[in-house]
Amino acid sequence: MNNILHVVPLSYYVALSSLLFTIGVMGVLFRRNAIIIFMCIELMLNAVNLLLTAFSAQHGDASGQVMVFFIMAVAAAEVAVGLAILVMIYNNIRTVDINELNKLKW
Amino acid sequence: MEPSLPFYILATLSVFSALMVVLSRKPVHSVLYLIFCFFTIGCHYLLLNAQFLFAVHIIVYTGAIMVLFLFSIMFINMNKESEPHKNTLIKIAAGVLAGLLFLVLLEATKGAETLGPPSPNESYSTVANLGKVLYGQYLLPFEIISIMLLSAMVGAVMLGKKSVD
Repeated sequence: MNNILHVVPLSYYVALSSLLFTIGVMGVLFRRNAIIIFMCIELMLNAVNLLLTAFSAQHGDASGQVMVFFIMAVAAAEVAVGLAILVMIYNNIRTVDINELNKLKW
Repeated sequence: MEPSLPFYILATLSVFSALMVVLSRKPVHSVLYLIFCFFTIGCHYLLLNAQFLFAVHIIVYTGAIMVLFLFSIMFINMNKESEPHKNTLIKIAAGVLAGLLFLVLLEATKGAETLGPPSPNESYSTVANLGKVLYGQYLLPFEIISIMLLSAMVGAVMLGKKSVD
């Protein structure tokens, strides 16, 4: 089975990944809910994964896909610990609004 | 049918659902849009001839991570529009900053079209070949990842349980 890069230029995938990453950055910048910010971080990780897969298909090299596999494992660990921290924060101060979580700011 | 049509359809769907993740008011809607976005990204993996990654992506992201998100949102019980609106200045600033970042990324990654046609080698992404690479060249990172997952699991359990006073 031929991959799509024979009919779609690689730069389109670069642009798509950049756009998804940018949307994730925008979400981190203007949402206040810590869980949504987490989801935007996942979105950014996935944009990078998509780019790695595209370059792996471009070069015919499996290393890029192995790297995506590692990123997925790291993302799973990060989400598990991060959500546990968020639930504990909620249990203690009854909010996950990042404007309330400013004790470490100054 | 135009052979590049699936790419355009999937790209539109992923960008739209990613935007809806950021813009929708209720957290549960964000999670559902994010699941859809991950599914379209998985379909991109299929288009790029990475079937193993598609399976792993669906299982790990839509199967495990998003269920974790849904669980914690229902645990925290945030399914109300609790988020007060930020003032529009911050929204505009965030949008402008993100747009500038997009331009910078596009400019910095220019030249991808000079790489030429994709490699004719199509056998690299079979599960057998991926296994060989994963357990050969990347054996040490693979084992370290397993230790990291174990410690993350212990950490999550330690954080999640009620503290004994």
